[in-house]
Amino acid sequence: MSRLQKFGPLLGLILVLLLFSGTPGFLTPLNFKFVLTQTVIVAIASLGMTMIIASGGIDLSVGSVVAFSCVGGALAVQAEFPLPLAVLISVLCGGMFGLVNGVVIAGFNMNPFIVTLGMMGIARGAAKWAAGNQTVNFDPASPVNVAMNNSIDLPLWLPPMGVLIALLMALIIGVIVNFSVFGRHIFAIGSNEAAARLCGIRTRHVKVALYSGAGLLYGLAGLMQASRLQQGSPTVAVGLELDVIAAVVIGGASLSGGTGSVTGAIIGALIMASLRNGTQLMGWENHVQEIIIGMVIILAVGIDRIRHKSQI
Amino acid sequence: MSESNSAASTRTPTKRPLLSVRGICKQFGATNALRNVDLEIQEGEVHALIGENGAGKSTLVNILSGTYAMDSGSIELDGRPIIAGSPIHARGMGISTIYQELSLALHLSVEENLLLGAEPSRWGWVNRAERRKRAREALAALHHETLPLEAPLYRLSLAERQIVEIARACLGSARLMIMDEPTSSLSRSDVEILFAVIRKLKEKGVGVIYISHFLEECREIADRFTVLRDGQTVGRGEMVATDFKQIVRLMVGREVSEIFPKPENLPGETVLELEKVSGVRKPRNVSLQLRKGEIFGIAGLIGAGRTETLRAIFGLDALGGGAVLVRRKDKTRSSPWLRLADGIGFLSENRKDEGLLLNRSLAENLCATRYRPYSRFGFVNSQKLRYSAGSWLKKLQVKARNENQPVAELSGGNQQKVALGRLLHHDAEIYLLDEPTRGIDIGSKEQIYRLMNELASKGKAIIFVSSYLPELLGVCHTIGVMRRGILTEIRSVEDWSEHRLLESALGRQTS
Repeated sequence: MSRLQKFGPLLGLILVLLLFSGTPGFLTPLNFKFVLTQTVIVAIASLGMTMIIASGGIDLSVGSVVAFSCVGGALAVQAEFPLPLAVLISVLCGGMFGLVNGVVIAGFNMNPFIVTLGMMGIARGAAKWAAGNQTVNFDPASPVNVAMNNSIDLPLWLPPMGVLIALLMALIIGVIVNFSVFGRHIFAIGSNEAAARLCGIRTRHVKVALYSGAGLLYGLAGLMQASRLQQGSPTVAVGLELDVIAAVVIGGASLSGGTGSVTGAIIGALIMASLRNGTQLMGWENHVQEIIIGMVIILAVGIDRIRHKSQI
Repeated sequence: MSESNSAASTRTPTKRPLLSVRGICKQFGATNALRNVDLEIQEGEVHALIGENGAGKSTLVNILSGTYAMDSGSIELDGRPIIAGSPIHARGMGISTIYQELSLALHLSVEENLLLGAEPSRWGWVNRAERRKRAREALAALHHETLPLEAPLYRLSLAERQIVEIARACLGSARLMIMDEPTSSLSRSDVEILFAVIRKLKEKGVGVIYISHFLEECREIADRFTVLRDGQTVGRGEMVATDFKQIVRLMVGREVSEIFPKPENLPGETVLELEKVSGVRKPRNVSLQLRKGEIFGIAGLIGAGRTETLRAIFGLDALGGGAVLVRRKDKTRSSPWLRLADGIGFLSENRKDEGLLLNRSLAENLCATRYRPYSRFGFVNSQKLRYSAGSWLKKLQVKARNENQPVAELSGGNQQKVALGRLLHHDAEIYLLDEPTRGIDIGSKEQIYRLMNELASKGKAIIFVSSYLPELLGVCHTIGVMRRGILTEIRSVEDWSEHRLLESALGRQTS
């Protein structure tokens, strides 16, 4: 890994922090906690996306799958299932869509862009159907809501539960990606699928596992979404896939596969959240925010291209 | 370069050459693809460019046609310099190229392809009637009027596509025609037609650079030749005044027999058996027996089905029929995963597209098939992995910074050693090697031959597919020839000669 690839995202994050350092209220512990909490959903989803992009694939269904899991989790809480069961249901909702994605992509050797584009519509529709086209409300006192709640009384240094969960997941996925045989296989497929197959790597098995695993993470992100909204909404997280892909790419992954880093993706997600937060505190309007974030994404991919050129 | 002196004196010094290439150098990363290459071609001359795979012929062609920019040197056509790295300029100057790897648009029709980039037009609109007329004429000149002008190119056979490519090159008012392996997928009768066209071009004063592995063809059509070796001009002369042995010596750089370690061991019991194995299209009914310690060569023309045979054995492509027996057990049902578990390794002819994980490290590439020694509970001990990879790199004499270097940064020969090293690391019993020496330098080649010889003497079995006949004759115990998907003749190496192999591959009767 080149030095730029390793430290580029971190430099980017520092740059963004410096950019807004003069803004009143930006460099405060409370605001940091706020930014971290806002990062959780994109960060958890970007863990799954990192694996997929490293394998040379792409997943456009993230936003819709998160919405479905959000609704699924909310319905479980509404039905007053015990907390672990509700969590499991939410996570499995995501895993189910991931499994279907993986089986279709690997089994029929189809283009992941197209398959997940289709799944984007299917999952969104299914979410609306499951929620009966309205929000799913549940008891605001439910323990689920603790995960993403910033207003509850915690010591200043302790971010809410959701942030810790995201960190734990990042650690687990990071270890899997970097140190497991499965991780090697992901990168091998992303680098050169034909060669990977020739090396006796069961590319189909790996892909199914990959998309399913990513789906489980989306499911967890969906639960966090429900916790943040304190309700289940089938129309939430529209366009989330772009934030997630952007975070992964800013983090140093190449869309042509074979590279990608969990730390990078988390930092990428932090950059996106800091940008949002900073522009808000500056009092800039929403459209300015969107333009800036768009430019950052192009910039990051541009750097990826230059890096690619210097490699060959 | 003593060979060049006699040729130089026969040249008339006053006549300005059609093409004059001086001191071209080109580097790719760490490898010198071309070093100080000179080339001179007169009007109406057919000039054979000869050299082994990887000698730099294709690089030179790509520079002449403007695809690559050279690092230094000059090219002049009719005394005017050619702008380096501009294909349009080269084409405008009258250099037209038939590429080894076809450069046609597969989804466009024959007619569109013929005039691609040179469409007759007025105010930006294509003149269809004119285009149709010119396309017809071009095909008629090659006696292939029957090719359907409307058909998209992907419907055509490889040979037909080659005809289209040639017709396209002949269309323009070319001053210099470069033909890079134009006959590799042509039948003999089409080769005759091509030669007739070349003779016509000659009469018109067009210069032709003719590249072919078939020295017989070069002799038949070329006036003079230039030999490249390792990116350098090592000799040139009149075709008629030079015999094959001399040319081959120039190509290889030493006597051919020296570099092949003769197999000394005797093959043992059968380890791999094919019984009437067929693929979806190729191969057809291939039967062979591979014995322990045997190097079994498969010769044949490009497209004869040799690669397909290996792919079918390795489980990469579906079988259409037949049976595969590994150590006398029926192992017809297969996948690369199962084959590797049985100790069968496959080296692809296509190093870049399916051989290596180019942007991953050497260590990962070497160990990709077998992580078991370095992993516990599915987690890799990367220190152990790197250490083992390092010792393999040393053993294979791979020139690299360290085992973490991406394999893409290595030269072709070193890349190939890594790809082959993977099979050694896997400790395979049966090796399926598809063109293992293609496009690599002579030193690496020699090393690979020695390695194969060593493996065989240790009792491993090897199937060795190659288009380069001397190496087959040099290292194999047994050689079979493939023709149109059928493995026709299998004989001990003593019963073959280069000439007989070629005849058998071409389908002519041997007496």
